[in-house]
Amino acid sequence: METILFLAHTDDDGALGRVALEALTGATQLRSQMPGAKLAFGILGADTATATQSASGCGADAFYAVAGVDFAASRYASDAAALEAICRAAGATIVVAPATARFNRVMPGVAQRLNGRIDTHVSGFTVNGDELRVQRGFYRQRMVATLTRSVRPWFLTVDGGVFQPWAGASAAVSVQMLDVTLGDALRRTTVTGYQAPEANAQTIRPDANLLFVAGVGWTKKQSDGQVHLDEAASAILGFLDKASASLGSSKSLVDQSSEGHNVFSFMSHLNQVGQTGATPRHPKGLSTCCHGEEPHVVGWRFIGERRAINLDANCGWAQGKADVVYVADAFELVRKITKLL
Amino acid sequence: MSTGFHVVVLGSLVPDMLQTLEPVQGPAGPGLKNELMLPAVLDPWAAHALFEAAHLASQHAGSKVWLVSLGPKAKLQQLMMSIAQKAPFELVAVDGSASGFADAFAVAEALAGAIEKIAGLDRSRLLLFGGCASASRDAGTVVQMVGERLGIADQFLAADELRVSPDGMLTVLERVEGGRYLVSDVAGPPCVVAWATGNLPEPPNNPQVGMLNMRGIMPALQKAASAPLASTGTTYVSVEVPKQDRKTRIVKDVPLDDMAREIADWIKA
Repeated sequence: METILFLAHTDDDGALGRVALEALTGATQLRSQMPGAKLAFGILGADTATATQSASGCGADAFYAVAGVDFAASRYASDAAALEAICRAAGATIVVAPATARFNRVMPGVAQRLNGRIDTHVSGFTVNGDELRVQRGFYRQRMVATLTRSVRPWFLTVDGGVFQPWAGASAAVSVQMLDVTLGDALRRTTVTGYQAPEANAQTIRPDANLLFVAGVGWTKKQSDGQVHLDEAASAILGFLDKASASLGSSKSLVDQSSEGHNVFSFMSHLNQVGQTGATPRHPKGLSTCCHGEEPHVVGWRFIGERRAINLDANCGWAQGKADVVYVADAFELVRKITKLL
Repeated sequence: MSTGFHVVVLGSLVPDMLQTLEPVQGPAGPGLKNELMLPAVLDPWAAHALFEAAHLASQHAGSKVWLVSLGPKAKLQQLMMSIAQKAPFELVAVDGSASGFADAFAVAEALAGAIEKIAGLDRSRLLLFGGCASASRDAGTVVQMVGERLGIADQFLAADELRVSPDGMLTVLERVEGGRYLVSDVAGPPCVVAWATGNLPEPPNNPQVGMLNMRGIMPALQKAASAPLASTGTTYVSVEVPKQDRKTRIVKDVPLDDMAREIADWIKA
């Protein structure tokens, strides 16, 4: 009989984040599909009361928490100690956790400590009898595998966008607070805060409805034989503002920035989408001035509806990768779209 | 007193990014069709880690860089012909599968074992570098597991910058949600840094560095220990190429105003 442990951390505001609530839905669905399985809820943070209360109606058989100032910030050493204690207390055989930056860093180490196995970026579960099978991508989403493991504990981190966020009424629950003491050796790292990249606009918006991808064509010579970087920057930023879109980029464009060329000050490697960049999840995606080559399109795997603006009707996007390709000059077309938004 | 860092970079080969991959089922589990024939490159994020390591070592006298690579010896030898010219390092080769389907737990065990055998490695000065995820297994787990096996409790994932203060304090910028960096200070090595792209461009080929590196690379390949990677208890039910073909509608020779209206309506819907 499996004991499914859902693990989460509080966000900076003390609440559960969206990805955590989605993973909680996954954990509750998994429990309902596995006959006789128990569900435990575990959380860490500075103060876990609000987050625990918000998820108290999830039907877990037990609740565990590690709380205190030592566990407020995302620090590997303290996170690993806390999560190890929760896993041991819960007797977890399957651990389901959100694929947040904090957990992506620490969860493999916790699996190693408990002699378990881990699969990250899980994109779905199925239960066949009493056998759990998970799906995840390999080779930068170029392959999808369904696999099962007999070794326990089995850690699974679930990407955002796979499940709907959990929602339900609160219930009265008893939370077991675990005492985790940190020695000096686990306090060598101090988190000092956040830093935005050197940019004059916040262009990465994970919750946006639309991903707008700018390709290297924006920096090429236009029909008048000149490069129009300022106009391109103004068109892109104007569109992002009106459409409330998130900005992605092709590798070739951000590489120009890192090699010292004066391209777009608001763009960095953080914007890069593709095999060596991000694989964001958005319902819609609009590509401009990039050719939809395979390594780049890999980053679009989780984009629902895809459209592209390109001067070349035979570009990569037209080879079954986009739903609609508009053959037009992106400079002009994007400005016109912006006016209509 | 010893100075500088001992930087161990974990990185191996992956199929070239432009290759079309096809899964095949073998007796030992899934693999890639013609895997040994596919052109290979150094895993991109691990390559960034290697360039950052070489840059760091060049700025701190007494530092040294090792590249610990797990892969088929013959393929590693081919890979080294290109990588050796990029940055000075000493190769530690482990002969085994570089497949993305090899289990991270077993890979971490093999890599940690190889690191423990490195002669002259000062673990108090150790910076364990690697990529934040491979382009094969694509899990982002091995570097942390190796760190755990080596008893390193300060770990960072998806780093883009590492600064060293005069007092020895290290400041690390890690990518987190929302396009921001988490900034942390750590009181010197040992620590684990799994790199994202970093900030350095790919260094140009330097034949002199290549010749120096190759002196150590061939002996390292010859004495590479074999690492059978057991994946106990793991069963791959299916491995397939995702079907992504869409029926693309091409819109051309249409007034720009009409196109703009159609796109704007689609965005607002």
